[in-house]
Amino acid sequence: MRDATTDHAAHRSRIIHSVVSHVLLILVAAGFMVPFGYMVATSLKPADEVFTTPPRLLGSQIRWQNYSDALSFLPFERFILNGFLVAFCGTALVVVASSLSAYAFARLRWRGRNSVFLGFLMTLMIPQEVLVVPMYILMRWLGWVDSYQALIFPWAFTAFGTFLLRQFFLTIPRELEEAAWIDGAGVIRSFLLIMLPLARPALAVLAVFTFISYWNSFLWPLIVIDNVEARGTVPVGLNLFFGQQGSRWNLVMAASVMSMAPTALLVLLLQKHLVRGISTAGLAGR
Amino acid sequence: MIPFLAPLRKAARLTGPSPSQPVWARGREGRLAAVFISPSIIGLVVFTVFPVGMSLVIGLYQWPAFGATSFVGLDNYTELLGDPVFRRVILNTFLFVVLYVPISIMLSLGLAVWISPRIRGRQLFRVLFFLPVITPMVANAIVWRLIYQPDGLIDSSLQSLFGVNAPNFLGDENWAMAAVVAMSVWQGFGYNMLVFSAALDAVPRSLTEAALLDGAGPWQRFFHVTLPLVSPAVFFGSTMTLITSFQVFTQVFLLTSGGPGISTETVVLYIYNEGFSGLRFGLASAAAWVLFVVILCATALQFAGQRRWVHYDA
Repeated sequence: MRDATTDHAAHRSRIIHSVVSHVLLILVAAGFMVPFGYMVATSLKPADEVFTTPPRLLGSQIRWQNYSDALSFLPFERFILNGFLVAFCGTALVVVASSLSAYAFARLRWRGRNSVFLGFLMTLMIPQEVLVVPMYILMRWLGWVDSYQALIFPWAFTAFGTFLLRQFFLTIPRELEEAAWIDGAGVIRSFLLIMLPLARPALAVLAVFTFISYWNSFLWPLIVIDNVEARGTVPVGLNLFFGQQGSRWNLVMAASVMSMAPTALLVLLLQKHLVRGISTAGLAGR
Repeated sequence: MIPFLAPLRKAARLTGPSPSQPVWARGREGRLAAVFISPSIIGLVVFTVFPVGMSLVIGLYQWPAFGATSFVGLDNYTELLGDPVFRRVILNTFLFVVLYVPISIMLSLGLAVWISPRIRGRQLFRVLFFLPVITPMVANAIVWRLIYQPDGLIDSSLQSLFGVNAPNFLGDENWAMAAVVAMSVWQGFGYNMLVFSAALDAVPRSLTEAALLDGAGPWQRFFHVTLPLVSPAVFFGSTMTLITSFQVFTQVFLLTSGGPGISTETVVLYIYNEGFSGLRFGLASAAAWVLFVVILCATALQFAGQRRWVHYDA
């Protein structure tokens, strides 16, 4: 009898504990989301209702027009297209170059492999800030200042992707490839038809994070792009817009919402893979 | 036999190494490896190795953006070390790191523990906290600027709730750095939270249950069982956070531009200003190398300290 009541009490306290924990967590998460909510709310307000005391969620009208107004000041669709172009090309380069070199490190045997790999890893320690000044001078020599190439190439050869994919390739059993070799398939075919399909999860994670880091990159485009309205990506475009229309907060917020939408959607859609990718590789960054 | 096919046939043969491949075949595999690896090698040499070396050289020159360069030896470095602005900038950067890293790590670890498998919808919570990590920093920072602004969200809330004005966070020397840190923590901790969360999920339940049976309370269980087990992840997360926090730029650029005065100017902002507004490439490169050395030292210290608290063998 006593046992039953203590059990019951323990069970009840556990449920209460769990409910409290959930409610508190929801409150914390809601508080955490306030900046995003504030951004969206402000982006839909009329200009004279941005600053009110007390703050209001909604203005006297929902002004979707802010979005088209923001688009009319600066070619935001241009920034978005530029952003996609640069991020897409950069991602393709990173994935191709990293998977090739990762395969050489993981599967092929050649002299000096380990020292070269160590060299690759050492380049990971170099902060971008050390590179920007010489990179800018290099861009001048190449005649690439204010060009798409300058946005794409300099950061497309990171050892990070190579490292990530090499680690993944090493987990793929050798037997799968050996079977193919015995069937007479060459290294190139077994790389293309066996390794790459098996490594799809790792390739996807690398691609998504590379895309996001290109999309969000700010310091380098700020330095190397002169004509932002022609070749600017979203962050520098937003920065320019903020500089010009900084006091029109409702339009600035509409522009911010538009700049966030692509990566936010990407992550919401692919959340499962990304969470798994980060847990195994611990990546993103830059 | 058509002669020019011979190399092709040779190439075809060397694409098929078997696992029991004899030593003489390794040269061919080596050539194939060279093909596979050359895009990365060429790219890294042109866009990383060469610029790093060049940056060291530029740092020894007076190198204006336009006009003639001249060799000045270590003058850029002595100028930096004697410059009160640069010393302040270094201090600011350290202040940011010292505030940001512990807060961010503790917050992400705490939330990772909280969002345990017993939480319903934990996936959704994890993604929500991760969102600002992947939204453009420029947009994040601009929103926070509106939040901090006089009559912005904080100020107007305080006015209507308590009838007092909030400090002018970004315009007040005493508040600006704290405001930058708070925004950065909000933006960045979701990443480490995911890393820690994965490490926590990998802790075998049998170990914490054994401690529970031994009568260990929840705090004891966390500090003596769970934390040592996830310490490699915490080490990884804190090292990466340490390295990136020394490089803070975008949020400072947009929130305060280093102001008021130079009270929030960080090293990277200084590099940007000297290099691309002041057009003094030599000085900017020297400052970048100072930052690089500082980061290397901090990382080395972090690695030296890991023996005390990181357990790899559990």
